[in-house]
Amino acid sequence: MAKPAQDQQQKTHTYKIIGTPRPKVDAYAKVTGRALYADDIMLPRMLFGRLLRSPHAHARILSIDTSRALALPGVLAVITGADLPQKYGILPSSQDEYALAIDKVRYVGDPVAAVAALDPDILDEAIKLIDVEYEILPAIMSIDEALAHPEVKINDEARIGNIHKAVSYEFGEVDAAFAAADYIREDWFYYEGNNHAPIEAHACVAQWEPNPSDPVGGKLTLWSSTQTPHYVHRELSKVLGIPQSHIRVIAPNVGGGFGGKSDPFSHEICASELSRRTGRPVKITCTREEVFLIHRGRHPVKMWIRTGVRRDGTLTAMHFRSFLDGGAYGSYGIATTYYTGALQTVTYKLPCYKFEGMRLFTNKPPCGPKRGHGTTQPRYAVEAHLDKLAHDLGIDPVELRHRNLIDPYTYTVNGLRITSCALGECLDQVVERSGWHEFHANKSAATANLHASNGNSQQRPTIKRGLGLAASAYICGAGKPIYWNDLPHSAVQIRLDRGGGVTVYCGATDIGQGSTSILAYIVAEELGIQPERIHLETADTTLTPVDLGSYSSRVTFMAGNAAIAAARKLKEQLFEVASERLQVHLERLQAANDVIYDEHDPGVALPFEHAVQFAEARFGALVAAGSYAPPEGIHGDYKGAGVGPSPAYSYSTCVAQVAVDEETGELVVEKLWLAHDVGQSINPLLVAGQVEGGAYMGCGEAVMEQQIFRKGRHKIPSLLDYKLATTLDTPEIETILVEIPDREGPFGGKEAGQGPLNPVIPAIANAVYDAVGVRIDEVPITSDKVFRALKNLAQGKGAELQPMPTEAPSPWPTRLITWQSNGSQVADQSKTNQVPVQGGVS
Amino acid sequence: MRQLITLHVNDERREVAVLPHHTLLEVLREDMGLIGTKHGCELGECGACTVLLDGMPVLSCLTLPLEVQESAITTIEGLEQNGKLHPLQETFAELGAAQCGYCTPGMLLSGVALLQAHPHPTREQMKEYLAGNLCRCTGYTKIYEAVEAAAQRMSGADAQAVHPEVEEYHG
Repeated sequence: MAKPAQDQQQKTHTYKIIGTPRPKVDAYAKVTGRALYADDIMLPRMLFGRLLRSPHAHARILSIDTSRALALPGVLAVITGADLPQKYGILPSSQDEYALAIDKVRYVGDPVAAVAALDPDILDEAIKLIDVEYEILPAIMSIDEALAHPEVKINDEARIGNIHKAVSYEFGEVDAAFAAADYIREDWFYYEGNNHAPIEAHACVAQWEPNPSDPVGGKLTLWSSTQTPHYVHRELSKVLGIPQSHIRVIAPNVGGGFGGKSDPFSHEICASELSRRTGRPVKITCTREEVFLIHRGRHPVKMWIRTGVRRDGTLTAMHFRSFLDGGAYGSYGIATTYYTGALQTVTYKLPCYKFEGMRLFTNKPPCGPKRGHGTTQPRYAVEAHLDKLAHDLGIDPVELRHRNLIDPYTYTVNGLRITSCALGECLDQVVERSGWHEFHANKSAATANLHASNGNSQQRPTIKRGLGLAASAYICGAGKPIYWNDLPHSAVQIRLDRGGGVTVYCGATDIGQGSTSILAYIVAEELGIQPERIHLETADTTLTPVDLGSYSSRVTFMAGNAAIAAARKLKEQLFEVASERLQVHLERLQAANDVIYDEHDPGVALPFEHAVQFAEARFGALVAAGSYAPPEGIHGDYKGAGVGPSPAYSYSTCVAQVAVDEETGELVVEKLWLAHDVGQSINPLLVAGQVEGGAYMGCGEAVMEQQIFRKGRHKIPSLLDYKLATTLDTPEIETILVEIPDREGPFGGKEAGQGPLNPVIPAIANAVYDAVGVRIDEVPITSDKVFRALKNLAQGKGAELQPMPTEAPSPWPTRLITWQSNGSQVADQSKTNQVPVQGGVS
Repeated sequence: MRQLITLHVNDERREVAVLPHHTLLEVLREDMGLIGTKHGCELGECGACTVLLDGMPVLSCLTLPLEVQESAITTIEGLEQNGKLHPLQETFAELGAAQCGYCTPGMLLSGVALLQAHPHPTREQMKEYLAGNLCRCTGYTKIYEAVEAAAQRMSGADAQAVHPEVEEYHG
């Protein structure tokens, strides 16, 4: 397994491929309509499937009668919970889902039965002919209701009432630190949560191929729009009772995920079972409404923060509490709960920190991971809270942050290892580009409107402008796999063909972020060939070695390092034969532009194809594998320390400019400046695309997207009513990439997929305050809330619109874990950001 | 009962037996194999299913094939002419305007119509024209850049608009 490089070459390296903008490897398939997505797959004799879903938020199933549906001509199979009685779930610690409900339904949308028929029109009829008798139970629809009604037990996974998971940690002497603080502030915040809303609805096609001579009875192939074929593979095997050796899961092109396609889903299991029963391929495509119901979106989280500071703004202690509304099932929720607390220490230096988190079951669609998984909500809260602290202390918000920046190559108070960190540079960049200081100087001079308008909006006198700032950090891949084991997190195989062909095999799943392209660039750079030469086989559990999936911003870092490791093995073989043929010492050989040559005399060269043939003659078939697992020693040794560690962290800062109409409360986000510490761009075009996409998505969450329920139902499960930002709503986004290579990242690269979203929301919240002096401590910050806050302010009722506090159970329903570093975690002072490095593995 | 109709798709005259209540989206994808046209909501909300009807962008999920037998239908598969990509397809690929690619066919067809209506569109014109096509990946920035680059590329020989009088379409 690849080990992180400690001492890389010090010479500056000129990359041929890395760092250069170029089209994605699948760009031309995507602009011509040739790219195949799961729903585009049409197989001979294929049937169509659909799920009957619960119309009740909480009910006991008294009976299900499928006989009328089965009797309908064109219906080939109907299944119910009794046919698939094995529980499953993405986390080994939350095995609480059935493919089809047994005994009880827990949210509007919980699947109850599944039908396969000749065409979708027959399905429309068949679904209506399934008779289900329910006994309606009281429905719990919020965090506070879940706490107040332990007697309404939603999910048996909850040990006490509806508390799915409670955690409690203390790092350092928090009480003493508060006692010694010059100033303490407390705030409540609420984040409503939202859906990922990828434009492609979830879809899958299952094909069972019977084989009477096989004791298992046949093999199953599932094409699915999933971010995690590996985990779908595992759970299909578990529920269907088919060994993993007989299941193949393929993710074709995926039309966006953002975390929403990271769970194994009921429709995937049901399509597979229906195919097994009918002996024919079965396709299930979710409707847009179903995408909102199966959800796994951002958790609603209520948060309380207490922070102590010295007069100069130095943070001395933080106590953070989170209450998560998990919906009806576990999903990733235990990890989410930890994530709402774990990364508070990664952005700013916290000498001591206490975290209590709690996830509650409610009768709503299950929540899960969305871009920024569990860190987006606390980031909003912490950054808005720090803004208030800065104003309380009379310190510029930029200065307050600068005084508390985490240092590179250190350990946090909760034992997380920090490597490269360019947060300070990111902060300087957005402050400078946005004209932060000039804006505020002018604002003091009461001419801010003129300065800030940039000619892009109306000049009504009631419109006030403001700038807000926030910073953030995010993981470059989860340091621990979902199933704890010693296996690689990512592996890559490369095969060289004697015709000069290069095929790269990797389980990494491209959901639009460009992970397949990244593999091509990295292998091309290492072997000195053009990326267009490379064939790529990805996200196929039969053909490709395991990559755990496109979650936790892990793929570039982990699959990238695995690809480097595999390519270097082949490069060694090629160089060995080239050295002999060219009579040039190994150290002088270079590979670029499809030739291997003497760096002192580039005319002495061997074409790549020839080198491959000589190497195959010498070594036999040219196949190499590389794999990657994060290093040890990147986290503390307490229970729960597995969520939060990462081989590296990315850093982002955002300045938002908003315009608020004081008369109406209308809020317009006019511009976002976003600086992102990506280590090294593998392809800057794709990195900028991720940053811009994150900024866009964060902006929509901040001001538009609402997750509202009425009488147990999602009130707006359609793209018309659920407000997604269109071109007209999206502000101008200025992206600044900060590149200080990470020592362990592939060519120094770090993540870009999730981190840049996080600072956008608090930057907007802080900008609203800067513009009109009100604090909206609830996301989304809609115009009606701004209007209400402005009215309150005018009536002398204060400037803050805060959520109702949640009464914390006393005592907190879990044992407090206290931990302090035993001294084995020592910051490496010899390591600073300043040394540019090459490559990520030795 | 299926009904035999004639559709003119991508300069090809095709006879298709369709169920009269099926939408143009369903017929293109399921009966004609033109799976480049995508569906994101089937309720006219997302724009992924946009095709051109006589050069005008329409939502194929809200269009009945029986009513468009006289029209020239252009899908993403028909943008490429004589083996050459439309300049907007080229710039979408080169400048990273397609990430997951699912909104891309619809966005491209709206973009082509935009360039017909406004050969050198301002950002404001782009925003107005593309407001009916949702993209969840790009934040639209790279899409605007691709439209601008295509406009420049097209201002050479092929600057003449085929449908110069296309009305504004706000999706």
